[in-house]
Amino acid sequence: MSEFISLMKPELILTVIIFVLLFIKLSKGIKNDSLLNVIQFLLLFNFASGFLFNHEGNLFGGMYHTDKLIVVQKNILSLGVYLISLLFADWFKKTEHLSEFFILLLSALLGMFFLISSGNFLMFFLSLELATIPVAAMANFDLHKRISSEGAMKFILTSAFSSGILLFGISLIYGATGSISFSELPSAIRVNSLQILAFVFLFTAFAFKMSIVPFHLWTADVYEGSPMATTSFLSVISKGAVAFILTTVLYKVFQPMEEVWYNMILLLSVITMITGNLFALRQQNIKRFLAFSSIAQVGFILVGITGNSPEGLTSVVYFVLIYVFSNLAAFAVAATISAHSGKENISDYKGFYQTNPFLTWVMALALFSLAGIPPTAGFFGKLFLLKAGAANANYIYITIVALNLIVSLYYYLRVIRSMFMDKNEQPIEKINVQFSTKFGMFICGAGIVLVGILSWIYDYIQSLT
Amino acid sequence: MNLSLLILIPLLTAVAVLFMRTRQQVKWVSLFGAAIQIILSLLLFVYYRNEVAAGNTAQMLFQQQYEWFPALHISFHLGVDGISLALIMLTAFVVIAGILVSWNIEKMTKEFYFLLLLLSLGAYGFFLSLDLFMLFFFLEIAVIPKYLLIGIWGSGNKEYSANKLALMLMGGSALVLVGLLGLYFTGTERTFDLLKLSQSNIPYNIQMICFPLLFIGFGVFSGLFPFHTWVPDGHSSAPTAGSMFLAGISMKLGGYGCLRVATYLLPEGAREYADIVIVLSVIGILYGAFVTMMQKDLKYINAYSSVSHCGFVLLGIGMLTKTAFTGAVIQMVSHGLMTALFFAVIGMIYQRTHTRMIDEMGGLLKKMPFIITVLFIVGFCSLGLPGLSGFVAEITVFMGSWEHPDVLHRIITILACMSIVVTAVYILRAVSKVAMGPLKATFSHLKDAAWNEKLAAVILLFGIIAIGVAPFWLNDLIRPGAEIIIKKITGGQ
Repeated sequence: MSEFISLMKPELILTVIIFVLLFIKLSKGIKNDSLLNVIQFLLLFNFASGFLFNHEGNLFGGMYHTDKLIVVQKNILSLGVYLISLLFADWFKKTEHLSEFFILLLSALLGMFFLISSGNFLMFFLSLELATIPVAAMANFDLHKRISSEGAMKFILTSAFSSGILLFGISLIYGATGSISFSELPSAIRVNSLQILAFVFLFTAFAFKMSIVPFHLWTADVYEGSPMATTSFLSVISKGAVAFILTTVLYKVFQPMEEVWYNMILLLSVITMITGNLFALRQQNIKRFLAFSSIAQVGFILVGITGNSPEGLTSVVYFVLIYVFSNLAAFAVAATISAHSGKENISDYKGFYQTNPFLTWVMALALFSLAGIPPTAGFFGKLFLLKAGAANANYIYITIVALNLIVSLYYYLRVIRSMFMDKNEQPIEKINVQFSTKFGMFICGAGIVLVGILSWIYDYIQSLT
Repeated sequence: MNLSLLILIPLLTAVAVLFMRTRQQVKWVSLFGAAIQIILSLLLFVYYRNEVAAGNTAQMLFQQQYEWFPALHISFHLGVDGISLALIMLTAFVVIAGILVSWNIEKMTKEFYFLLLLLSLGAYGFFLSLDLFMLFFFLEIAVIPKYLLIGIWGSGNKEYSANKLALMLMGGSALVLVGLLGLYFTGTERTFDLLKLSQSNIPYNIQMICFPLLFIGFGVFSGLFPFHTWVPDGHSSAPTAGSMFLAGISMKLGGYGCLRVATYLLPEGAREYADIVIVLSVIGILYGAFVTMMQKDLKYINAYSSVSHCGFVLLGIGMLTKTAFTGAVIQMVSHGLMTALFFAVIGMIYQRTHTRMIDEMGGLLKKMPFIITVLFIVGFCSLGLPGLSGFVAEITVFMGSWEHPDVLHRIITILACMSIVVTAVYILRAVSKVAMGPLKATFSHLKDAAWNEKLAAVILLFGIIAIGVAPFWLNDLIRPGAEIIIKKITGGQ
């Protein structure tokens, strides 16, 4: 029993928080403002508790597995969720169903925790569903907008489809090897056509969740339709969680099939990056813009995964940490502007620096970090992914990836240019930023500047892999 | 001497500027920081000479090494030899002049000075780094300030120029990155350390891949033909201090990288590709010179002539002799000082006349004797008049390249020499049109330079004349560094 509590501590705390929120919902009469404070406190507690009393071990005959690296991964996700609760305060205070939103969000997070910890494809499938279905409801949270329902519909259909494919893949694996346990599978995996087929089906499910090209088509519409808080959750937390488990599955379970998946991911990463970059070039809506840029970023994560080494694993975890700070900051600025002026187009941002220098600098920092410009952390994150990927000495591949960096810089600079340089007679008026949003932005800004330069963060993650 | 100070002071100044409230405070804090920096760099020069005089023959002096990402074999490693010391002094001179020249900037003063200081931080860090990862880090730090400086404070078609510059420079650094990763993974030891890599044997076929990547990558920064197209647009759109920093410091990052990283670490690659390098650079020299003849805008004149002059740097590197290397570095220093001063003077003239077209000026010598006299001196330096730094630099490059007896090198040397005639044509034409002839009535109220402008000009002139009259101190400084590189290339013969 005590082992159960000590190992499952993060999940248990989350469950308790979900129940607390449910009870708060039952007792009427709490205003959004104070409720949001309570939620922020609870999430901060959840994040802080992730650092204490951590143990390693297995539960339920290896179904559930946790170690120090997994704890770090969970902490990164908790941090992201805490930041979301801070950054989108404008929208949260206006929404009618605040506690429901967080109940759904935390349920999805709970699913992700189980997902990262899963040691068995059954557990994996269940937790993936738990991590997906609440998000569909979250995507539909702008109840009066048709586009929001459309996005949610698309999301639920594609997830259902990908779950079907995933189940098919799992059954093939079981049929071919007689096992679905992560620890038993590696010895049973052979490179034959049946197992390759099973792997491809499995990978397709990952590709849907991470919006790897050609399974990315839902991304832009869902991102555009959902409220900004959901969009940021989808693009940062959910992608991060899937990236973590993908690395585990590839490195541990499918290690015997390395040659197969190496080439596959090599190809997919190039296609994903190029597609994401090319489509991002022409987007006007900031959400669609960030959607396509996040597709390109996923392509970059795949570069690190091709490294197939502890260094690759470290760089993926490190990059996701940085990505949490940078992408959330970018979404937060866009959301603040959208909440106050209703404007979501890049061309509306013209002359923004004149009226809102603070928000502009946050956005600039975030975009530079996404583009990988020093001294921001994104530079280190991207470079280490690239370095992990370069270990196989595939120079053409690395050159293509490096050249993609320039394309991405072009469209990130488009936003910067619009904010700093273009003239506008009527720029967006001065926005009075909420305290909690400002605080969240400070954390993100500090993260963007410091996570790269302070090398011990990388060293710590490296020491765990 | 503690080299970290040279990185720390610009960083602290930049951060301090962010906390200042009024324009005056911002300006004085920046000037104070730049003054400390110039004193430090001169002190470093004195210490360095003392060390060498005392018989210290280490390749890099005042080394400092701290752990930074030890798991990835990256360290915070600083050190100087004569070559980097010369360029650090150049940076200090140009930075303080740039800060003085921008004294009257009114639009977003704080941001302007912050970006200038950030840019200078990138340059100092780049010249001091002995770790290739750090070197790359500082190289890229310097890109975005340039983009914002041009895009926000620039003139003319500034957004286009800013974009072009940022994208081309990032393209260059992407190539550099691939080249550096190639070095990292193929050396006898997994390391980014420059000194360790110089000891390790990098296989021939890798050298043949990495040398072009690194040389073109750094070459983009220093305006290597045909990747020079950002130079004229970027320089002409940038604000005065921006142009000074771009031409005076930033293009030198490329030259230094070509010499220190590409040529030094990949000697076999350098030997194999030397002919291509010198052909490209002589095309750059001649092309730049001839295009300059056609220009009517003072900034374009100086920008295209920068392409031509930086061609001499690359020519010197491609010649692979000790004298030519020395000449290349002297040319970097000399061109940095000269072109920064040229842009400063153009800025001063533009501020008064509100035009940069030489046809619309005339007779300005009567109204602005100080500014125009400086313009004359800079012009003469640019066309290589003995007694000024340009002459010293070019003659050293030519002497170095004449050491090769074969036909190709002879032809190329002669062609490069001929460009000096063209330079004389366009410089004299431009300077005489600006300075002489009848004075226009609209210009009759113009005033001469203010104290800050005079101070900036005097600082840079001091450098130009000090090199021109007494070149031996710079020569002695650079030569040992050049000798080490050439020994690596010739295999110690």
